[in-house]
Amino acid sequence: MTEMFAHLGLGFGVALTLKNVALCFVGCLVGTLVGVLPGVGPVATIAMLLPITFGLDPVGALIMLAGIYYGAQYGGSTTAILVNIPGEATAVVTTLDGHQMAKQGRAGVALGTAAIGSFVAGCVATVVIAALGAPLTRLALLFGPAEYFSLMVMGLCFAVVLARGSILKAFCMIMLGLLLSTIGTDLETGQERMTFGFAPLADGIDFAVLAMGVFGFAEVLRNLENPEARDVVRQKIGRLLPDWNDIKQSTAPVLRGTFIGSILGILPGNGAVLGPFASYTLEKKIAKDPSRFGKGAIEGVAGPESANNAGAQTAFIPLLTLGIPPNAVMALMVGAMTIHGIIPGPQVMTKNPDLFWGMIASMWIGNLMLLVINLPLVGLWVKLLQVPYRLMFPAILIFCSIGIYSVNNQPVDVAFTALFGLFGYLLIKLGFEPAPMLLGFVLGKLMEEKLRQALIISRGSFMTFIERPISAGLLVVAVAILVIALLPSMSKKRDEVFTE
Amino acid sequence: MKKLALGLAAAVSLAFAGNAGAQGYPNKPVTMIVPFAAGGPTDIIARIVSDHMSKTLGQQIVIENVAGAGGTTGITRALTAAPDGYTIAMGHLGTFSAAPATYPNLKYDPLDGMQAIGLAGGTPILIVARKNLEAPDLKAFVAAVKATPDKFNEAHAGLGSVSWTTCTLLKGQLGVPKLNAVAYRGTGPALNDLVSGQIDFMCDQIVSVAEQVKAGTIKAYAIASAERSPALPDVPTTKEAGLPEYQIEAWNGIAAPKGTPKEVVDRLVDALNKALNDDNTKKRLLELGTVLPTTAERTPEGFSALIKRDAAKLDPALKAAPK
Repeated sequence: MTEMFAHLGLGFGVALTLKNVALCFVGCLVGTLVGVLPGVGPVATIAMLLPITFGLDPVGALIMLAGIYYGAQYGGSTTAILVNIPGEATAVVTTLDGHQMAKQGRAGVALGTAAIGSFVAGCVATVVIAALGAPLTRLALLFGPAEYFSLMVMGLCFAVVLARGSILKAFCMIMLGLLLSTIGTDLETGQERMTFGFAPLADGIDFAVLAMGVFGFAEVLRNLENPEARDVVRQKIGRLLPDWNDIKQSTAPVLRGTFIGSILGILPGNGAVLGPFASYTLEKKIAKDPSRFGKGAIEGVAGPESANNAGAQTAFIPLLTLGIPPNAVMALMVGAMTIHGIIPGPQVMTKNPDLFWGMIASMWIGNLMLLVINLPLVGLWVKLLQVPYRLMFPAILIFCSIGIYSVNNQPVDVAFTALFGLFGYLLIKLGFEPAPMLLGFVLGKLMEEKLRQALIISRGSFMTFIERPISAGLLVVAVAILVIALLPSMSKKRDEVFTE
Repeated sequence: MKKLALGLAAAVSLAFAGNAGAQGYPNKPVTMIVPFAAGGPTDIIARIVSDHMSKTLGQQIVIENVAGAGGTTGITRALTAAPDGYTIAMGHLGTFSAAPATYPNLKYDPLDGMQAIGLAGGTPILIVARKNLEAPDLKAFVAAVKATPDKFNEAHAGLGSVSWTTCTLLKGQLGVPKLNAVAYRGTGPALNDLVSGQIDFMCDQIVSVAEQVKAGTIKAYAIASAERSPALPDVPTTKEAGLPEYQIEAWNGIAAPKGTPKEVVDRLVDALNKALNDDNTKKRLLELGTVLPTTAERTPEGFSALIKRDAAKLDPALKAAPK
């Protein structure tokens, strides 16, 4: 314990120099501002801003890049709440209740709750990394392809609970999401699947393209149908910050979300994406009145946002302790470290203690910065909603297009987004929910990959999923979720809950 | 008539513009397409080298990451651009030597259909295994793989990646082309499962695996270069360890579209050479375990010969590989 404080002392000594605090602030500010651009997530932001860190020392550069990372992560939820556009997979859940709150004139409360929840989650996660980083590494190593596949199966079962309308429609959307995720080059054989020989499809559909289309563009189309209704929303602004009642309501969800997000964040292969979904599912399951969910329940913002931020922080554990990046953003951090002459590996902690502990300390400072930056910005963002929609929607479309183009530098992506926009509009008209489709899409890629890896390793034996204890345990939980959702006695209650 | 005159005028001005471009090259920023995501080994080398090349050229080299299809998407875009020297590409062993045998529908020809500029750096390849694999050294490993190939699992970072290409060559040479291969999305996840012991072995670039070997979380059997690497002086070469025929390096080099004017090529070759002679650039490359190119390899002819040599070496194994 004393050792931990000594280490944290060293870390704060590094992170609290005027230069590093300034870099942390700049990183968080830039991250927040760029992250608010729809589609420009942390990966694109860090990739674009990587060159400007070349002149800095490694610790300063990484502190700034980490700031950009969680700033951008946070900025993504701002667009999810204000204009119903999830910039990242992890912000999909926030659109469900966050945007509903905005429509009810509670955008400020939603943004404030997200900021405070993220801050709490960030603080807890930082302590988790400092205290348990090294032992938790073992958890990451326990998860092989079989365990990972079972975890994804469990994740898919969450999707059923996510649905607001009919279960059958939600199920169809999950399947559609899974199907869309199989488009592109087969990982094992290199064969192109469902691309019709069309080169831009060879790498599949990008998440941002699909999400911007079915959420962002489709939402614009729906609003244009009836601009007056949209303009009524902007008249109701309401309180800017959560009051005592809101805080009381969100405390428990924030803590539960932080716990779930921290655990899932450590897992390799982007386990963090499951965090917000799992948190939302849990909150809805244990709520006294689950029918409020999807209609602006504050728990539906507080829990997932905390899970998201906690996962974003604990995702640093495999990188810092094993030297192995668990997701695309962390892979980029590896690149950044390498460019600065530090090749990440299991020995970073002992070889570069100032870097290791300095970064951990800077995470806490960064979270504070985010709160300091974002609470005053809430007023500004909410004022944006007062902009007349005829001025707002071209801006949304332009920013979306810029954001999508910046992901892969491929013009055809923008055209795809427009197509998905039309498709999303059709879905809205037919009463299908896009959120389960996105979950199916995100999990589908990982699921197929892990299923095939597990089966290749086991020489085709499906028993591998049952013989390995962690995998078996996860499958039992998945079955339990399904049974609860489908039991006849429960299903009556569920019908009341799920059918609007 | 008017149309014709306009067309002629346009053609003339275009011709002049092209000419002026070659003479005053470069008079605007140069785009270097990196066909992989930012932060990967090729991207890092591109950024380090282009940083210094920009100084010599007097114009900024802008890195554009166009990832996809094992790097062939980005290279296709670069090689089909106008041959004016303002779009160049940083490719590697996979995109230039292995791609023709790996991708039947490849839309560019790295052997005869492009202008090689020069090699930027070589990266040694290591054969690494999970730390508790029985075989103590390369000889025992090779014997075990040959005796019971169906007991081994190999990890690679996806079809067309450096680890897939180099390990396919190894399997071809050992006569076990069908050995169980597990594909991952990138080196990171593959390494994760190697460290945790789910997978038995893989081949990959020294920059990706050196720190794990040093920490003892995985073990290295041999380095597939002519000489040992200063980054891992204890790891024997394949020649020393008893598998001399397995010699392969993952290199990164610069190319431009075919038809790029000679003056422009010369300017780029000169800038690359100056970058590789710069002490700070050299130091940063060496830290990554990079082998600096010889004088001959820094020229278009030398680089082109290297591409063809490795293509010929890889061709039989890649064509025989199960895809």
